[in-house]
Amino acid sequence: MQERAKKHASGGREDEQVDAPAAPSGTSDRIKAELDDILDEIDGVLEENAEEFVKNYVQKGGE
Amino acid sequence: MAIPKVCGIETEYGIVARGLDVTPTVASSLLVNAFSDDGLSLRVWDFVGETPHVDARGEWDARSEYPHVESLMANAVLTNGARYYVDHAHPEVSTPECASPSGALLYDRAGELIIEESMRRAATRLPEGAELVAYKNNSDGKGNSYGCHENYLVARDLPFGLLSRRITAHFVTRQVFCGAGKVGVEQPRDGEPGVPFQLSQRADFFEEEVGLETTIRRPIVNTRDEPHADPLRFRRLHVIAGDANMSQTATWLKLGTTAMVLSMIEDGGFPESLVISDPVSAVRQISHDRTLRRTVRTADGRDLTALDIQHELCDAVDRWLDAAPDDTVGGEGRAIHAEWSRILGGLSDDPVSVAPWVDWVAKHRLVEGYAARHSLAAHDPRLRAIDLQYHDMRPGRCLARRAGLATLVDDRDAMLAVERPPEDTRAYFRGECVRRFPDRIVSANWDGIVFETPDGLVRVPMMDPLKGTRELTGDLLSSVSDVDQLLDALGGGSTERVDSDPGW
Repeated sequence: MQERAKKHASGGREDEQVDAPAAPSGTSDRIKAELDDILDEIDGVLEENAEEFVKNYVQKGGE
Repeated sequence: MAIPKVCGIETEYGIVARGLDVTPTVASSLLVNAFSDDGLSLRVWDFVGETPHVDARGEWDARSEYPHVESLMANAVLTNGARYYVDHAHPEVSTPECASPSGALLYDRAGELIIEESMRRAATRLPEGAELVAYKNNSDGKGNSYGCHENYLVARDLPFGLLSRRITAHFVTRQVFCGAGKVGVEQPRDGEPGVPFQLSQRADFFEEEVGLETTIRRPIVNTRDEPHADPLRFRRLHVIAGDANMSQTATWLKLGTTAMVLSMIEDGGFPESLVISDPVSAVRQISHDRTLRRTVRTADGRDLTALDIQHELCDAVDRWLDAAPDDTVGGEGRAIHAEWSRILGGLSDDPVSVAPWVDWVAKHRLVEGYAARHSLAAHDPRLRAIDLQYHDMRPGRCLARRAGLATLVDDRDAMLAVERPPEDTRAYFRGECVRRFPDRIVSANWDGIVFETPDGLVRVPMMDPLKGTRELTGDLLSSVSDVDQLLDALGGGSTERVDSDPGW
């Protein structure tokens, strides 16, 4: 909250680089590096026939 | 002073029957019955007191379809105080009433475990190779949507029109952190550029600002006036404008921020300048722009992004919290606010940085990464498959489980919550009675339980969601050995005779 208060006080979005980022620095890089492992795993568990799976996924409207 | 924000979530799951030629309604019944046959639940829900057609605006909307209540399908009250049933053609879990957003998150996770267990049990009863698969999403990508509804206890004396106009600003913009993400666009409008990916599952389906329907011409604010509590004191705000979340942080923030904005509205602290001029267009425009730069016009003539509006709401809630009691929003007000502020900051700086907490960011990263790795076009069915499978409830297939999402709930606690009710609402009394006296309960619903006695049927009404807690009824329940003793101890003032079983 303190970071946001500063951001507003000092004039909106232009000062984004001045404020300390809300997420710890390096988080983005780490998240990007993890992606390769996740994509490997998706290759292993994704429905074999994606086209058929997507075509057959039909639901009735609910609520 | 704002009243306590008792809350809960109803989730309709998508359902697929593989290797089995049955209707979705039958598939849903097979799934629910697979779980509720085990004695941990009571298969009788009482529809007395259900009034889904009553409009909070106090007038009958002549164009409205009369909402249909189906009473013959699988319909169970669980020992944890939840309702597990078939709604139209979907299995639905309604969490018990919870006194805090983290409580509702715990029971939402328990609901996921109930679905997982149901799929496992159903598989043992089905023919070789057949299985039922549930998806915690809100759209089939072909124009059919089903809901994840939130419920909040609101003071009856707050004028509904004012409540509706103000909370709409939050419903339209909160999707930046609680949108579940979707590949493609449904129900395209003339002249509208399509987008390969959008923030929300549900944004394409809203056509009105306020209304009674939930299945057609969906409104951003639903006016269903069915309090399931003392109607003179309480309103239940039934929120249909949200996505089912796989991210636990998103679920917690969705509930927590909404509970706080509602409380702030009750206390008169909502900044009127944030009311959005054309919310129906705005909800769609915001969802369709994952760069988060799209602006919408506010009632005071400013053009603001959804993030601008969220930041201003977050700041207003900060000021409101300074004057609010410590136990506000289940005592979680400050923690929710800090996380909300942090996530909004991350979205402003670099959305990828919040992938562990925000579903649409996590899902988009998978879709974009997979397309790049395999050089896929935007319309490749494998990208739609990733979208659907993100929400697959089979642990071995669920992509959300593999997306690096942070967890807030310890699954050992969630396992307990599958069987035990929350202790701080009337769900405690309901769940404990279902566990202790299943043979003597004729029916139960949110605001009462009907018991069978030698002298006929007796109903115990529970018109205040914050009564019936462990603190108020735990000793009583421990001190009695059967229903007759319980009803004697409660006394005539706490019970009412029921003429006959309505036959449901």
